[in-house]
Amino acid sequence: MSLIPDDLKYTKDHEWVRMETDLIACCGITDHAQEMLTDIVFVELPEINAEVKSGEQIAVVESVKAVSDVFSPVSGRILEINKTLEDSPELVNTSPYGEGWICKIEIKNPREMNDLMDASAYNSHVEAGD
Amino acid sequence: MTKLIFEKHGKGKNKFRVPDFGVKDNDVIPDKFKNSSVDLPDVNEVDVVRHYTNLSSLNFGVDRAMYPLGSCTMKHNPRINEKISSLMQFSALHPMCGDTLSQGALQVIHELSVYLSAITGMSAFSLAPAAGSHGELTGVMIIKKYFEEIGEKRDKIIIPDSAHGTNPASVAMCGFKILEAPSNQEGDVDLDKLSGMIDGSVAAMMLTSPNTLGLFDRNILKISEMLHANGSVFYADGANLNAVIGTARMKDMGFDIMHINLHKTFSTPHGGGGPGSGPVGVVEKFVKYLPVPFVREEGGKYALDYNRPDSIGRVHSFYGNFLVALKSYAYIRTLGPEGIRDISRISVLNANYLRSRLMKEFNLPINRTCMHEFVLNDKDIPNHVTTNDLAKRLLDYGYHAPTVYFPLLIPGAMMIEPTETEGKDSLDEFVDAMIKIKKEASDNPEIILGAPHTTPVRRVDAVAAARNPILKWQE
Amino acid sequence: MSYISITEDEIKIMLGEIGVDSIDDLFADIPKSIRPDKKPDLPSPLSEQELSFHIGNLAEKNRIHTSFIGAGSYNHYIPAAVDHLSSRSEFFTAYTPYQPEVSQGTLAVIFEFQTMICKLTGMDVANASMYDGATSVAESVLMSIRANKKNKVLISRTVHPHYRDVLKTYCWASGIGYLEADFSDGSSPSDDLKKKLDNDVSAVVVQNPNFFGVIEDIDEIASLTHGNNSNLIVTVNEPVSLGLLKNPGNSGADIVCGDAQAFGNPMGFGGPILGFISAKKEFLRMMPGRLTGKTTDLDGKTCYVLTLQTREQHIRRERATSNICSNQALCALRSVIYLSIVGPRLRELADLNHRMASYLKARLSEKGFTPVFERPFFNEIVMRHKTADKLDHWLKDLGYIPGLYLGGHYKELKDCVLFCATEMTSKSDIDNFIKHI
Repeated sequence: MSLIPDDLKYTKDHEWVRMETDLIACCGITDHAQEMLTDIVFVELPEINAEVKSGEQIAVVESVKAVSDVFSPVSGRILEINKTLEDSPELVNTSPYGEGWICKIEIKNPREMNDLMDASAYNSHVEAGD
Repeated sequence: MTKLIFEKHGKGKNKFRVPDFGVKDNDVIPDKFKNSSVDLPDVNEVDVVRHYTNLSSLNFGVDRAMYPLGSCTMKHNPRINEKISSLMQFSALHPMCGDTLSQGALQVIHELSVYLSAITGMSAFSLAPAAGSHGELTGVMIIKKYFEEIGEKRDKIIIPDSAHGTNPASVAMCGFKILEAPSNQEGDVDLDKLSGMIDGSVAAMMLTSPNTLGLFDRNILKISEMLHANGSVFYADGANLNAVIGTARMKDMGFDIMHINLHKTFSTPHGGGGPGSGPVGVVEKFVKYLPVPFVREEGGKYALDYNRPDSIGRVHSFYGNFLVALKSYAYIRTLGPEGIRDISRISVLNANYLRSRLMKEFNLPINRTCMHEFVLNDKDIPNHVTTNDLAKRLLDYGYHAPTVYFPLLIPGAMMIEPTETEGKDSLDEFVDAMIKIKKEASDNPEIILGAPHTTPVRRVDAVAAARNPILKWQE
Repeated sequence: MSYISITEDEIKIMLGEIGVDSIDDLFADIPKSIRPDKKPDLPSPLSEQELSFHIGNLAEKNRIHTSFIGAGSYNHYIPAAVDHLSSRSEFFTAYTPYQPEVSQGTLAVIFEFQTMICKLTGMDVANASMYDGATSVAESVLMSIRANKKNKVLISRTVHPHYRDVLKTYCWASGIGYLEADFSDGSSPSDDLKKKLDNDVSAVVVQNPNFFGVIEDIDEIASLTHGNNSNLIVTVNEPVSLGLLKNPGNSGADIVCGDAQAFGNPMGFGGPILGFISAKKEFLRMMPGRLTGKTTDLDGKTCYVLTLQTREQHIRRERATSNICSNQALCALRSVIYLSIVGPRLRELADLNHRMASYLKARLSEKGFTPVFERPFFNEIVMRHKTADKLDHWLKDLGYIPGLYLGGHYKELKDCVLFCATEMTSKSDIDNFIKHI
């Protein structure tokens, strides 16, 4: 059973979002996603300052035998990336909601947050096996 | 683990001697273009012979035992073919020596392509592609060229979800987009979904026949009809030709272009990953697009023909992996018409015999008569023993593992291909080993989870290798 | 003759186990209409003895002459140990090392190959091999385009004409701009190259030594290329030269590719030969083909495994860095054994090759041949003579392949021949050859 914190928002593609301020969203992949991928060996991070739309590919997470795209949960500008993952990709496995965060995005349209799932909706989504 | 050759280095050990023809240098190369030394291991022939002999003993090859690696057709590699390909008149032949000095080699290329045509029904073959995926790429280039020539803009190619990864990769290299055709519960292409995909933007469909589940698509003629009615090209990935060779022809199934893996169906050794050879064959209307040069015969004389204005162009430095083609030529001449047909008959018999015996013990996700291979999975193996665990335990029993976790649409897939050169005893022994492992899974799962135990190295840490890539030796 | 051991009696037992009456029943999924009773139209089977005789006759139709032709396929002595060790069936009857626990022989060899290629080219990473030199150039260009997202390649006309043809085919298929730059006195830095080197050029491709045997000034080309923010790809088709010449990495190349046939592989009428790709470390995740990495097993023992496979087609499918699957592993094994046997004496061998070419040039000069380019060369040289287009015809009957007539490849070199000498063309071979001219 994977961990789904109550205070985060989720996408159907298994990304999570934490609002750091009203306009800054921190995102990563969920505990469920990292379990499915198994041992993460590489994270390809987005470029700082890149403009992204919600649903657009921003990062790539790789295990030995699988590759998974990470899609931006929101539209905006990449403010910060987690450079630590370049040398320690395993943090995505050990701490998906903490030290394994992927990037911070300056949000363009805060209303997009309403399109994301809350913890219980995401929990049902995971249990439905999508 | 044996040390690497670099670790046997010792200054002055090398006693290799270069001939002395007593010739002076009249054209001294300026120092700015020269290096000061060559950084290669300094070892003696004795060290080299021992080192590589020891390394070879860490390998598993077809000569050891059954190598049931699905979709790779690991059959026996006849020894006479190795001997033939090392004949000096072939091995020392320069590729640009001209037609008059290479008539024997050109005849082999020509006759082999005629034989491949007889086997598949295609009108002509080019032996230029160096491997299966190179053949695919060449085939997709021909599709691209054809639509350019007739002035139709078609930018999509349909590929089933069971396809080898090389299919989408080759298609992408030619700028086509991919439409993925789903398979149905019985392992055939889902016809309704397929028909919904076919429109004026579809250039072609690529299909492995039989497919990677080891099943022959029962709707093949219908699929080809649907594609041709739409003006699309039907491409056959010939990776699994072993199942139908001599029994049915690709042309008659409706295919327009195909490639063959000589290193699978035609017995040439895989060499630890290559060289292969991936001849591409086409029906009449695509012959003019085949790569240059093309070997042409006229009155018993053979020539390299470059005058082919509609050709896609050149795809190889020279004419492909000629010495590999030579081995396949010898193989076809050895077997003859009957022997060629027996390949499919016995490889399909062997696979079905294994399937019938193993399905009593293991889950068979799609229960149909198979062709030359079949797919089991790890559902219902006791104590959560997985496909990977079982594969590793098979190594302890002296076998290579099947192809695992492919095709992707069967979770925990084990794709087993015995080939026609395994005898019944050998098949029975393999079944015994599989049954023993199943029993171990319930009685003593630890022994499987820790497998392999008897191999030169134990389970290898692939995660560490990928997290911290060390790709060359350093002191 | 056949390699099937199953007997008629066993077939009956097996059909019984399967629960069908005949082998034909197993093919019921193939429509009967496309399953003819007719066997394929092929010649009758041969015994091994008859086959040997037949192939021997075909072999006799080829003629192996004393040859002064190189042009991308080089005749070098192959030490006996290379044939002997690469004939061990543990090596040649294995497949790709997907199960590392039973493939450490192949994996260690690939690791050694990657290391040797890096040492010789001066690059950080090398892959497990490519099909041949020409496709190694094409794949290097695709890699450069992935890296800097520019969409045009500029290739010098001093690169092997076949390699340029293959690159042209790949560029057409992939929608990449293809441009050739003219040469100046047989070498690449030319006004034409400088003129065509614009912002859209992803990579400049040169060959060293180039198709004319001329040693290119890679440092100069690198500074031109980097000044334009493009990548420099250097292809080495005659790798024995690396025993003598400065490695391309030291001169500023970003990607070094080419063909290593010359290291222990026979010419074999052009295949199998041995493409390779090596590059600076920033290209690591864009490399095509297989890579072997070092790791440990469960007991902590050093071992090797295929790695960074997410780049490859079997995982990344249409977004893979290349479609390549099978490569030329056995040829790579031969080259590793060759380089271990020859070792640091590759320098003496390279020097001998150069001296033989220098001697050949001097002897040809005595017969009225003149060198076309006033440039340093390695083991090939372009010579001009009014009989250039007839040499082939005259000398083939006398047991020689006199070199490659260049008129068919370069219209400006109508009266020129590309000659090659290696350690296999001895002083007496050259002296006898000259007597016939």
